[in-house]
Amino acid sequence: MYLNIIFLPFLGSFIGGFFGRFLGPNGSAIVTTSCIGFSCILSMTAFYEVALAGCPCYIKLAPWIDSELFNVPWGFLFDSLTVVMLVVVTFISTLVHLYSTEYMSHDPHLPRFMAYLSLFTAFMLVLVTGDNYMQMFLGWEGIGLSSYLLINFWFTRLQANKAAIKAMIVNRIGDFGLALGIFMIYIFFQSVEYCSVFAMVPFFADQKVCFLSLNCNLLDAIGILLFIGAVGKSAQLGLHTWLPDAMEGPTPVSALIHAATLVTAGVFLMARSSPLLEYANGALSVITVFGGMTAFFAATTGLLQNDLKRVIAYSTCSQLGYMVFACGVSNYAVGVFHLANHAFFKALLFLSAGSVIHGVSDEQDMRKMGGLRRLLPFTYAMMLIGSLSLMGMPFLTGFYSKDVILEVAYAKYTIPGHFAYWLGTFAAFFTAFYSMRLAFLTFLSEPNGYRPIITNAHDSPIRMALPLAILAVPSIFIGFIARDMIIGLGSDFWSNAIFVHPKNLNSIDAEFIPHSMKLLPVGLSILGASSAVIFYSYQSQALYTLKISELGRKIYTFLNRKWFFDKVYNEYITQKFLSFGYHTSYKTIDRGLIEIFGPMGFSTVVMKKANLMRELQTGYIYHYAFFIFIGTGVLICLSLLDKLTLSFIDYRILCLLVATAFASRQIKTSL
Amino acid sequence: MIKLLLGILLLGSLFILFIPRHQIFLIRFVGNATSFFTFFVSLFLWILFDDSTPKLQFVDEIVWLSQSNINFTLGVDGISLFFILLTTLLIPICLLASWYSVTIYVKEYFIAFLLMEVLLVLVFSVSDLLLFYIFFESVLIPMYIIIGVWGSRERKVRAAYMFFLYTLFGSVLMLLGIIYIYVQVGSTDYETLLNYEFNGLEQKLLWLSFFASLASKIPMLPAHIWLPEAHVEAPTAGSVVLAGILLKLGSYGFLRFSLPLFPAASYFFTPLVYTLSIIGVIYASLTAIRQTDLKRIIAYTSVAHMNLVVMGLFCFNTVGLEGAIIQSISHGFVSSALFLVIGVVYDRHHTRMVKYYSGLVHTMPLFITIFLLFTMANIALPGTSSFVGEFLILAGVFKANTTGAFLGATGMVLGGGYSLWLFNRIAYGNLKLQYIDHFSDINRREFFVFLPLILGTLYMGIYPEVFLTSLHSSVVNLTEIINPSDFSS
Repeated sequence: MYLNIIFLPFLGSFIGGFFGRFLGPNGSAIVTTSCIGFSCILSMTAFYEVALAGCPCYIKLAPWIDSELFNVPWGFLFDSLTVVMLVVVTFISTLVHLYSTEYMSHDPHLPRFMAYLSLFTAFMLVLVTGDNYMQMFLGWEGIGLSSYLLINFWFTRLQANKAAIKAMIVNRIGDFGLALGIFMIYIFFQSVEYCSVFAMVPFFADQKVCFLSLNCNLLDAIGILLFIGAVGKSAQLGLHTWLPDAMEGPTPVSALIHAATLVTAGVFLMARSSPLLEYANGALSVITVFGGMTAFFAATTGLLQNDLKRVIAYSTCSQLGYMVFACGVSNYAVGVFHLANHAFFKALLFLSAGSVIHGVSDEQDMRKMGGLRRLLPFTYAMMLIGSLSLMGMPFLTGFYSKDVILEVAYAKYTIPGHFAYWLGTFAAFFTAFYSMRLAFLTFLSEPNGYRPIITNAHDSPIRMALPLAILAVPSIFIGFIARDMIIGLGSDFWSNAIFVHPKNLNSIDAEFIPHSMKLLPVGLSILGASSAVIFYSYQSQALYTLKISELGRKIYTFLNRKWFFDKVYNEYITQKFLSFGYHTSYKTIDRGLIEIFGPMGFSTVVMKKANLMRELQTGYIYHYAFFIFIGTGVLICLSLLDKLTLSFIDYRILCLLVATAFASRQIKTSL
Repeated sequence: MIKLLLGILLLGSLFILFIPRHQIFLIRFVGNATSFFTFFVSLFLWILFDDSTPKLQFVDEIVWLSQSNINFTLGVDGISLFFILLTTLLIPICLLASWYSVTIYVKEYFIAFLLMEVLLVLVFSVSDLLLFYIFFESVLIPMYIIIGVWGSRERKVRAAYMFFLYTLFGSVLMLLGIIYIYVQVGSTDYETLLNYEFNGLEQKLLWLSFFASLASKIPMLPAHIWLPEAHVEAPTAGSVVLAGILLKLGSYGFLRFSLPLFPAASYFFTPLVYTLSIIGVIYASLTAIRQTDLKRIIAYTSVAHMNLVVMGLFCFNTVGLEGAIIQSISHGFVSSALFLVIGVVYDRHHTRMVKYYSGLVHTMPLFITIFLLFTMANIALPGTSSFVGEFLILAGVFKANTTGAFLGATGMVLGGGYSLWLFNRIAYGNLKLQYIDHFSDINRREFFVFLPLILGTLYMGIYPEVFLTSLHSSVVNLTEIINPSDFSS
């Protein structure tokens, strides 16, 4: 049963991808969706067995790579963390499969799309079930590949091509760090299996390592390298640029991959490595700071995006920041709880956005929508549920995890913890603001779209509406239901899957932070939401004046242009590399230096010397007599020199040279 | 056993010699059949191979120049086994791939390839330094002819010269080294040499003389420019052999001779090797991104990957060495397949310029699927053979030198850059109908050309255990010989 959870999606992908042209669109849709559906049911059973009944499961299949002490098996580990991820991934994947059969029904490549989705799910499941870092890395790269293929699904679009390449390459920078982290784990622990590594971590707590000539703490170094991997995959500040661009893919892809599952792989990695990170305080501080900055940065950028999907993408990025700093303050359970909650309401938001886009003839610019609440009432309701949950409105799902994250960050009473708390709290304000702005521009304001689009707008058909309706339920309730089980005090839900060092434990401290600090995030959220309502419904003129003022324009450009990250990367880094690759390495060295000192220079020099020697061959007897005279003279002089010099100048070689000079004329004439 | 292989090949080429020139089908058939049969026979080498010993197996001794202590001993151990199998696998693939694309001097073409296979099998199995040198050099002759005669453009003559001269110049120094060894030791027999210890200075000079030859074969900077040139001008099958097998002669030479014969010198020169390799990896990757000729791009990627192999060879631990061997074999699969991919589009459109291609996935979905697989293998996606190789190499290098591993691993990112860019240009976008007028997907013959490589790449990626098991004892033995703690004070 456990292995079927992983192999069913592979099977679906294989059948859908390679036999899709025989099965047809409907056939492959049915095959892939039902494979994932079964996988989902099995995952829930596994959830019951492992998490609720408390019996983790471990399956070792075969050796994979086995060289000296580098032993990597094909092994599958099912503990609480894994099964939580399994349920989230397969549940959302099933709904997205179902949704896609309708959303993509007009696409001639539907079988391919379904196969890619299944492939992605399969690799994601490999990632979460792997029992060692290598197998995790396989899933990690595999989801990167499927994300590349899915972003690039409409392959004739240049933007999609660019976004796909960008996603993969930026992710590979993260993978580079992750791979180095795995090497370092292997070198010191002589193993990459979770169980052996984590068991040995406490013995390496004070181990130093010299990495890149820096003398640092081993576990800090490993933690930071692993975190670089997570920065790439989970779109943290610095390597986040791929995520908004990835919105070029079809919307179900954005919902499944770039909101609910793939991007949470980094958070999963942090939670999975909790026994290691717990001894690496430096790394934890870095993680906290990065998480806080990401949450803040992405929330501000999301404020002024005009593309419906990009707003949600930045919101994803910002929420990932919350999850990451929750891990950074040693509350992995809270991070994973927010991951699961976020997966539900963000998938709901994205699928609703897809429904809007589907309804208004593939228009994505919010400025050209407006007034859709009357045309798409069902989608409006769903989107609003998702948005409110995202804002952390009290008693919806998002509230239960997001608030706890901020509380535990404050209760850390460290500089990184407070840094993350304040940035996160302000991010909550912006989150509420842009969520309401999105709702206003899309649904509530006056219609701004073109007439044919508005008249043709229609609400989703059943296969799209059903996933929305199903997702709405957990978006409202799951936080409340699961709260005590997952992050409740003294809950043994996680058993050994997540380790928190007793001195880092602060969930009780979180109950005793000042009330004002507890209420501040919710207050700011409500303030943000209401200010957006006020501005967009009554004071839109004031907003406009603000936007066209000198300062307002600068701020607008800065935020709308995503803090100029792309500009800096493109112009100052990528361009430099590319021009080095052409001007320096190719033109100057390969085609210049090496050619001149190599083949071309050699042949020119030989040709010139040969011509020079040829000039000597005049054919006049008195010239030759002169050479003979001079040559003999030189040889006699040489023989008079002392032994030492003679040993360097061998006159036999000299004779050979002279003979060559004469022979060269012979060759010339014969040619 | 090896005699049998050689006998089949020689018999086959002799048979082709007597087939009349106009019976082209018969020539092709006999050529292919011979090489395929050789492959199946060579598989028995692996099946009957004893994994538990590092000794030479299937030894064939031929007495030759016995007065001068030079004997013709053929044998296989864990290290050479897979190089021989790679040779016998790739030659039939090459011949099948050039079934229709070669139209002039067909007879000579097939004879040249079969003779080259004979020489390559000899290089990888002979256990005498002088004979190794002779065959190492004589491989140049058929390759030189293949580039010079069946190449595509006028520039091919220059490329052939460059290829020949670059490899020859280095080898002259190696010959000097071998003569010195012969004078010193009185024999060039491999196992005798292993028992002889050269003193420090001798080791260093001899190592350098070997390095000059092997490094230009790999190729390492700055002796690498013959490779793009030769690849661009060679016919598809020529490129496949060049990238798939001939470059491996360099890494095989390091493994077989430089490391065990001069361990102290190898250890002494490790910083030099690392520096050159790291420069090679980064430099070649960055250059590859800006090329316009498909073959030139793949040629530069070969430089990058082979330099990574050299890093693995010089990390003095089992993990890195096994990784280097696995990566060599894997590169034999992957880069060969990429050259075949280019061969497929070249056969249809007769251009190798990137700018003429776009959106081939519209008309050639199967082909693009294969191309995607090998592109992913080229950037070492887990599950493909090169991941196993690259990861083991870097793990080994990390053990020896963290900075080296860090810089070497940048190839992961840069490799993603050029591979995805190339794949994107060829596969995606709109079809450029003004240039592309031939719309057939790969045919059955081409599919079977790729099939062994696909299977090999995936099999080695998912269950490399089969390959590693045969490597272990030989590599561990080698690691024992070159253990740095013996000579580093």
